[in-house]
Amino acid sequence: MADISIRDVRKSYGKDEVIHGVNLDIQTGEFVVILGPSGCGKSTLLRMIAGLEDITSGEITIAEKVVNHLEPRERGCAMVFQNYALYPHMTVADNIGYALKVAGMPTAERIEKVKQVASSVGLTEFLDRRPGVLSGGQRQRVAMARAIIREPEVFLFDEPLSNLDAKLRVQMRHEIRRIHNRVKATSVFVTHDQHEGMTLADRMVIMNKGTIDQVGTPEEVYNAPATTYVAGFIGSPAMNFLPGRVLASHAAVVLEEGSSLPIPSQAAQTMDGKLVQIGARPEALSLCRPGSGTLTATFEFYEELGSEGLHHLKIEDVQFSVLSENKMRLDEGTQIGVTIPQEALHIFDADTGRRIEISDPIHAIETA
Amino acid sequence: MIERTPWLNLVTHAILFTGLFILVVPIYLVIVAASQTLPDVMAIPAKLLPGDQLLVNIRAAWEEAAFGTKFTNTMILPTGVVVGKIVIAALTAFGIVFFNHRLRMPIFWMVFITLMLPLEVRIVPTYAVAANALSPFQTILDVTGFSWLINAVSGIEVALEWNLLNSYTGLIMPLVATATGTFLYRQFFLTIPDELVEAAKMDGAGPLRFLWDILIPLSRTNMAALATIMFVVGWNQYLWPLLIITDPSYGVAAVELSRLVPNMNTTGGDIPNWHWAMAGTLIVMLPPVAVVIFMQRWFVRGLINTDK
Amino acid sequence: MRRAYFKNNWIAALVVAPQLLIIFVFFYWPSSQALYWAFTLEQPWGGGNEWVWFENFAYLLSDDRYWQSVRVSTVYALATTALAMGMALILALFADRQLRGYKSFRIGLIWPYAVAAPAIGLAFRFIFNPSAGVASYLNYAFPDFWDPIMNGSHAMTMVIIAGAWKQVSYSFIFFLAGLQSIPRSLTEAAAMDGARPMRRMMDIQLPLLTPTFFFLLVINITDSFTDSFGIVDTMTSGGPARATNLMVYKIYEDGFRGLDYSGAAAQSIILMILVISLTFIQFRYVERRVHYT
Repeated sequence: MADISIRDVRKSYGKDEVIHGVNLDIQTGEFVVILGPSGCGKSTLLRMIAGLEDITSGEITIAEKVVNHLEPRERGCAMVFQNYALYPHMTVADNIGYALKVAGMPTAERIEKVKQVASSVGLTEFLDRRPGVLSGGQRQRVAMARAIIREPEVFLFDEPLSNLDAKLRVQMRHEIRRIHNRVKATSVFVTHDQHEGMTLADRMVIMNKGTIDQVGTPEEVYNAPATTYVAGFIGSPAMNFLPGRVLASHAAVVLEEGSSLPIPSQAAQTMDGKLVQIGARPEALSLCRPGSGTLTATFEFYEELGSEGLHHLKIEDVQFSVLSENKMRLDEGTQIGVTIPQEALHIFDADTGRRIEISDPIHAIETA
Repeated sequence: MIERTPWLNLVTHAILFTGLFILVVPIYLVIVAASQTLPDVMAIPAKLLPGDQLLVNIRAAWEEAAFGTKFTNTMILPTGVVVGKIVIAALTAFGIVFFNHRLRMPIFWMVFITLMLPLEVRIVPTYAVAANALSPFQTILDVTGFSWLINAVSGIEVALEWNLLNSYTGLIMPLVATATGTFLYRQFFLTIPDELVEAAKMDGAGPLRFLWDILIPLSRTNMAALATIMFVVGWNQYLWPLLIITDPSYGVAAVELSRLVPNMNTTGGDIPNWHWAMAGTLIVMLPPVAVVIFMQRWFVRGLINTDK
Repeated sequence: MRRAYFKNNWIAALVVAPQLLIIFVFFYWPSSQALYWAFTLEQPWGGGNEWVWFENFAYLLSDDRYWQSVRVSTVYALATTALAMGMALILALFADRQLRGYKSFRIGLIWPYAVAAPAIGLAFRFIFNPSAGVASYLNYAFPDFWDPIMNGSHAMTMVIIAGAWKQVSYSFIFFLAGLQSIPRSLTEAAAMDGARPMRRMMDIQLPLLTPTFFFLLVINITDSFTDSFGIVDTMTSGGPARATNLMVYKIYEDGFRGLDYSGAAAQSIILMILVISLTFIQFRYVERRVHYT
């Protein structure tokens, strides 16, 4: 078992720096999900932990040992790749057992172990087949088995579920969590899918353009996003943003065309005149008669989601959406009121994009 | 596609049959001559139907040209060439595809340029090298003054010599360098996904292990293609064995064949033993043609992938 | 671009070493030797080589026999290339229609590639022999109609036919592959546009075959300059009266029979330049100009 510590790690390709000084501590046995869009550097970071990429500067330690210059096989990590990277000419059994064969384990012992692991992921009947004839989900299992059999101190997952169809993806997600609960190895899982992140993670790491925006439990990240970027990335449908200026005299944020959105007066005092982005999740809002809500909006169109409906509105030319069980359908252009509870507000500095804490019990949670 | 073109189909078949006819007729005439007696071969008008002497003539040609030993040699040559080329091509391609060093492209180009230096244009000096394969190094030592230095220091006269004339090594070694084979392997290696390399690394396999356990088994199709072509190339070698083999016990069939018919300029009026010569031609032709026919798929694929 | 590499560069050095050694000893060293010999003359009584600049070349270029060999080689190269490619193209266009028996036709047109040059040479020498077989009958009917042993242009014709026969299959394989790489949807679109098979051949398949055509053109010409030794040696030995004395054959003759290393080397260098420029054209010019995708 091993903890991982990443100290001011940078990665450049020539003059291009793609990871700008990342710090991260991962506890032994923890399941950490690194989440971000493609190109944010999440895979690069994972591959640096694995030893597949050089570390330009900084230090990575696994189990208190600096691994910067160790080869992949010396680091005690196993990895599951996005496209599984199964050896196409070997049978499932040979694929699973290859690492042990390289390590020189006697054949009989190896075969026994392969059987054992294969049965634990339901592959027993496929041991003699080649990867080419397996389905996506079965290949995925082989890739998992190949990692499990080594009993590694660290599991690394590089978007392992992104090639599966939606249903299988959910199923495998649960399976991965089950396996983790059983073997309790430190796991680092890279994905761009927030649902995967939210459901799998003990802690999430949100990356953006080569830096870490936030580290926290899924609840923390959802309830108190540290930046507009995290706020927009986590949550579906995505958070609404309204740009405006704080006016202490009104105890409100005033939007461009004069609509005003009340905020706690104490907060308004401390940042009088500041340009901010107001964030509000669609699911925290509700619709009401025009004039009676916090703001007035123009109705654009309605999207049916089954249990609920998503109402697409415009507030002063800004796109805005409200998730509601109220499935009323209005004509385009109809005026409607929107109720925005104060505790649902997230305030971000318009210049830095960073969260501004307002002294409100609900927002008292410290962000990282 | 549903298309009724009876006339065009007829024309198509006619053209293809004509083509086939043009390509097959010469060989048919060879078979006819190989199955007749000499007077029948020389008869006027020509007898265009095969006779019954085929086996007799083949035996005669076999003995006349001592094909027995020649065939062993002719097998050793292409086998050596095939094995050598595959090994060398795979290794070189491996070295320039899976390692990130500054010499990758220079090495690639050095191999590539040999395409422009066919044996025929460097024949005389290559022969000189075959007479002493170490002469390049000797010359370099001499010119740079190292020979003198070594002689002065240790009193040893530097005289490197390795004569390759009349040897299998000499026959095979210059032919195993292969630009096309290296390309074919490079092309194939470039299609190996990065993840496979990384998975192998995670599994603890080093470069040689990766080559042996993953790349070689994966390249079997490639190997078959290359082997088919190189077998044909190796079997049909003519100029090189003609030059460096003077000892008949190392002779190869393709060269021996031409000795079945006396030189045109020197013998003038003599009637050559055409029936034996044609039987010999059949013997020499058969193995590579059989390989191409049976390995058609690999052969065509290899040919197209190496040159394009 | 590949991103996963192995790091042990000494293993890389080890694996590329055999090929590099061989090409150094058997390709680059001899080529540089040829260059050296081409610019030097061996002293008659030993004593090393004398540097003579372009004297060997000057001598060569003033030698009628050399020019004759250049002329003969050019005729041979152009004629075999035209014959072989023309026949291969027509056959490939029709074979590509894939009517019944397509597979048998294909194999029937491919196998000659595997026949060794000396075997081809000997076979054609027999077939065209004025006093045996088919040709003898022609001579019997029309006396002195055909005699490649004495008549230079008859000999040349015979060598060209043998050479072309040897090349047809290679071009055929490539033309057919080129045709089969044309997306089916293109011919289908043309068919929907109302073009009949012959029309499609002219308007779609031939133009799209241009890259293959130029590739084969260069390869065939290069091959007929360099790879013609086996045929000439078994058929005519360069005769009669040097009528078929192709450049490669002359190099061999001058070098090994005449022991004129400097002259042979100078000829080698010229041939080398020819081959290099053809390859260069192939890669710089042709590949860039005629590519549609």
